[in-house]
Amino acid sequence: MGFEKFLFYVFGAITVVAAGMVVTRRNPVHAVLYLVLAFVSSAALWLLLEAEFLGIVLVLVYVGAVMVLFLFVVMMLDVEVASLSAQFIRHLPLGLIIAGVMVVNLVLILGPSNFGLQRFAKPIGRAADYSNTAVLGMDLYTKYLYQFEIAAVILLVAIVAAIRLTLRHRPETKYQDPSKQVRVRKGPDRIRVIAMPPERTPRPVLIASTEKEEAAE
Amino acid sequence: MIALSDYLLLGGLLFAIAVAGIFLNRKNVIVLLMCIELMLLAVNMNFIAFSHFRDDAAGQIFVFFILTVAAAEAAIGLAILVVLFRNRRTINVDDLDMLKG
Repeated sequence: MGFEKFLFYVFGAITVVAAGMVVTRRNPVHAVLYLVLAFVSSAALWLLLEAEFLGIVLVLVYVGAVMVLFLFVVMMLDVEVASLSAQFIRHLPLGLIIAGVMVVNLVLILGPSNFGLQRFAKPIGRAADYSNTAVLGMDLYTKYLYQFEIAAVILLVAIVAAIRLTLRHRPETKYQDPSKQVRVRKGPDRIRVIAMPPERTPRPVLIASTEKEEAAE
Repeated sequence: MIALSDYLLLGGLLFAIAVAGIFLNRKNVIVLLMCIELMLLAVNMNFIAFSHFRDDAAGQIFVFFILTVAAAEAAIGLAILVVLFRNRRTINVDDLDMLKG
């Protein structure tokens, strides 16, 4: 049992335990934090699989952006947890049965007899100057350029949709309308001459006090 | 040596946990979204394992696109959730019956 196998079992165990915690915790904030743990440990597993770029992207982009967004929303919504988890126990047997059947199926199909080292041998190691990021970039910008642009459009649609969904105009909020600001003309829109009565002369009391101060000096 | 089947079984286990989580937490929309994220993680694990053992970078490209779509899905899902909570003051799935479907 080499060091690599030891790492695989450690990170695999952390991932599975964290995933179990995600689905069983009552508090959604704890669930999101365990999900972050699951993502980080599976990023380590991806590094074991020599997918360095995706492992780092998973931590930077996914944990750093998407999970933080989750955390933000969970903390903002202030959900009362008790009413949501009332039926937790009732659905427990059904969930366990379905998950158990699924695990048995997957073990039968994906077990070592079909996907073991005899069928899929361990690939030989890469050279020291092999760059996973460079290979992915070359593929992404040549072979998969069209799909890459579609992904960009999908992200743009997501931005527009998310902003449009959550945008709301509160009547009590004061905000500027730039189109009206630009449309202002130079003449009567900016300056207005008002007829006013002339101001009165300063009061004599003030003059007397200033004269007294000057004399003191 | 770690075989391909080890990674596939780990991915399958993660997927089964996520399916069980959907059954356990079927009232809380946030946890449902998190279970979907876990499923996508399990699928990505399988893609990368195959990509490594078949020595083909296409699997990693596919994971890249899955991550993109998952981020977009999470953003829109959470935006819908925020609007829902603003209008109904609840995210309980049972209370979301306005369409009477």
